[in-house]
Amino acid sequence: MKRARLYLPLGIFLTIIAFGYAGFELNDPHQLPSALLGKPFPEFSAPLLAEPARVVDRQVLLGTPVLVNVWATWCPTCKAEHEELMRIRRQTDLRIVGINYKDQRAKALRWLADYGNPYDFVLQDLDGGLGVELGVYGAPESFLLDAQGRIVYKRVGDINPRIWRDELLPHLETLEVGSVSADLR
Amino acid sequence: MIVELGHLALVIALGFSVLLTLSGLAGGATGHQRFMAATPSFVAAQFVFIALAYATLTYAFVNDDFSVAYVAANSNSLLPWYYKFSAVWGAHEGSFLLWTLIMSSWTLAVAVKGRDLPDTFLARVLGVMGLLSFGFLSFMLWTSNPFDRLIPMTPAEGADLNPLLQDFGLVVHPPMLYTGYVGFSVAFSFAIAALLSGRLDTAWARWSRPWTNIAWAFLTLGITLGSWWAYYELGWGGWWFWDPVENASFMPWLAGTALLHSLAVTEKRGAFKSWTLLLAITTFSLSLLGAFIVRSGVLTSVHAFAVDPTRGIFILVFLFIVVGGSLLLYAARASVIRSSISYQFFSREAFLLLNNILLIIAMALVLLGTLYPLAYEAVTGGDKISVGPPYFNAGFVPLMLVVAAALGIVPALNWKRTSAARAYRQLRWVLAASVVLGVAVPLLASGVVRWQIALTLLLAFWIVGSHLLDLSGRLRKGVTRIPLAYLGMSLAHMGFAAALLGIALTSQLSVEKDLRMGPGDTFVLGEMEFEFIGTTQIQGPNYTAQRGTFSVRDGTTRFAMQPEKRSYLASSNVMTEAAIDAGLLRDVYISLGESLGGGDWAVRLQIKPFVRWIWLGGLMMALGGGLAIADARYRRLRKRMIAQNLAAA
Repeated sequence: MKRARLYLPLGIFLTIIAFGYAGFELNDPHQLPSALLGKPFPEFSAPLLAEPARVVDRQVLLGTPVLVNVWATWCPTCKAEHEELMRIRRQTDLRIVGINYKDQRAKALRWLADYGNPYDFVLQDLDGGLGVELGVYGAPESFLLDAQGRIVYKRVGDINPRIWRDELLPHLETLEVGSVSADLR
Repeated sequence: MIVELGHLALVIALGFSVLLTLSGLAGGATGHQRFMAATPSFVAAQFVFIALAYATLTYAFVNDDFSVAYVAANSNSLLPWYYKFSAVWGAHEGSFLLWTLIMSSWTLAVAVKGRDLPDTFLARVLGVMGLLSFGFLSFMLWTSNPFDRLIPMTPAEGADLNPLLQDFGLVVHPPMLYTGYVGFSVAFSFAIAALLSGRLDTAWARWSRPWTNIAWAFLTLGITLGSWWAYYELGWGGWWFWDPVENASFMPWLAGTALLHSLAVTEKRGAFKSWTLLLAITTFSLSLLGAFIVRSGVLTSVHAFAVDPTRGIFILVFLFIVVGGSLLLYAARASVIRSSISYQFFSREAFLLLNNILLIIAMALVLLGTLYPLAYEAVTGGDKISVGPPYFNAGFVPLMLVVAAALGIVPALNWKRTSAARAYRQLRWVLAASVVLGVAVPLLASGVVRWQIALTLLLAFWIVGSHLLDLSGRLRKGVTRIPLAYLGMSLAHMGFAAALLGIALTSQLSVEKDLRMGPGDTFVLGEMEFEFIGTTQIQGPNYTAQRGTFSVRDGTTRFAMQPEKRSYLASSNVMTEAAIDAGLLRDVYISLGESLGGGDWAVRLQIKPFVRWIWLGGLMMALGGGLAIADARYRRLRKRMIAQNLAAA
């Protein structure tokens, strides 16, 4: 009995490792990670951060390709990512829509005032309900949608110059977004 | 050419780590004098070559050698010279080189300081540490070589060090943190050596205790510095975020704190032997798990290092071998341990057991919160979930309140059994005074009593009061010399009270306001008046900045504060450099947002009472850990062992 008990820590550790490994496989950045890939962006209704009285739905994402970026003020990586989003905003025609995820409105507005606003508009997701729909693990995450609202690319983690060059640009070229490629090759 | 020498030095160090592992473990197992005698020289050689590699990378940074990919990505010719030294550990590859350098330094320290240990035991300890070094060095050479070149596409200029990291905090935070992380490998190696030898008495605990203390002190200091750095450098005044990287350092700290206390019981009373072995293994395993979480990209969303799946797999396999192997060894060998001592519920042993239980629950809570998203995803086949500060706070806060309540009783406790009546007599006035002060202080200071504040004040007074009472009692009884270890313990416990107080008061009493201010505007927040004078353009070494000037009036005193908005030239990053007027009772924190045109700025004003106490408490805990190892007892122990060795010879 006593001997068996001594194996308990080993058992716990192996369980953790198994989950770590499974999570690792699922999160392998070389695999395309989302079950939503190639599927339409889910239906939703959410208030705008700027005017919480106005509730919008999936329609607002249609028409042209759009980059949907999940962010929050509690996420340090979002801050690192912010510069790159600002650069994309300045230098391209790509529409960027934010989802402010599990955050406080005052803090989010302050963030945009402090660091600049790269978004066409920002959806408010106070309780993370929209995040669950989208399978968001944390922040930041980004989805690239085509003009019909289909998810063509998903990124878990920050968008940085390398991701922009190696992953987003090639997708954008096939989607033929205006001045993107001309400016940024 | 120099850079290639650095790479070569790493390869040679890898060779020595293999020799060290073989000679140490074989020497320990066979008792062969030749093997054991060679072991320390392999330790020294390994250290020299890793130090050489480290010096080479520093050389490349100082000389702006942008043909080295790592230098090009993390430096710039305009970067101030002192940051070129610290930029070496500004990203994954270089920081891991620092990690291995620290690992080899600890190994060297054990080889030098441990000369008086039994030969076979020391050989085994060094062998185990060599094996760990071998793992770290292989990881670096195969997946994270900091010496990779960018040839022929050598950039003319580097991308610059992340501006967040161009700061004194980063200069000191990682080395302290890694010294702590890796320092737990000593206790781990002592435990493994004890298991290998089958000599599971209390000797290994006695030997490893000072090493554990010092590693713990460094980790405490590292975490404290990290929190302080986040507070003033991230620009929004937060000091703890419960993100996986922070948790990665916090879990070994919690387990290490449990280990410190459990080692005390094992050494002094011979109890908890099996449990202490397990904790020594667990603490270092959590350091490794932290490295896996931070560097593998499993939890991509919030960590700072670049993602590379081969790294994750490597660390996972390493973790599997090292931790799995250790726990298997533990399961196979620890069954021979018999504890024969007994103690009553109201005793030091029982309270140290309580301490261990609470700390391990807290650690498990953090571990679960950090890994739950992964587990959930694995079980559901891809569904994702997130866990945030509400989860951590909900579990953590009550646990720490129980810890605090128990901590106040500690000075009244004896080993084996304590008379409850006597403890009550000793502490009743402290208890009464804490209750009164807990209510009276907030009432007198502000006229309002919030129960959260009253409770925390009560607990803080309770801890500090009972420890001070005991110290003064000892002095009165004519004890001229209080052991440094006891003083260290008291200081660390009072540090816990200080941190508790800082956390509670700053969470409860901070005020902040965001507003638009133009030159000449004033605003009253709390009891202070803020006047915005205006901004001026200034030029830094590698950035330009708008520097705002505020005149702040606090009662009758008036002082200036100057927050900055910096634009870094190479990366075009914009950084908010907050202005902080620091004080023991409160910090005033001003950050400059966006320029709104016409000389107007978005401004954030914050007053954060007692926030400094959080780090003050951390410093006290670290200092307490440091004091404990300076205790004369360890020098006496050393003399005795030398005498024994001489007698044996």
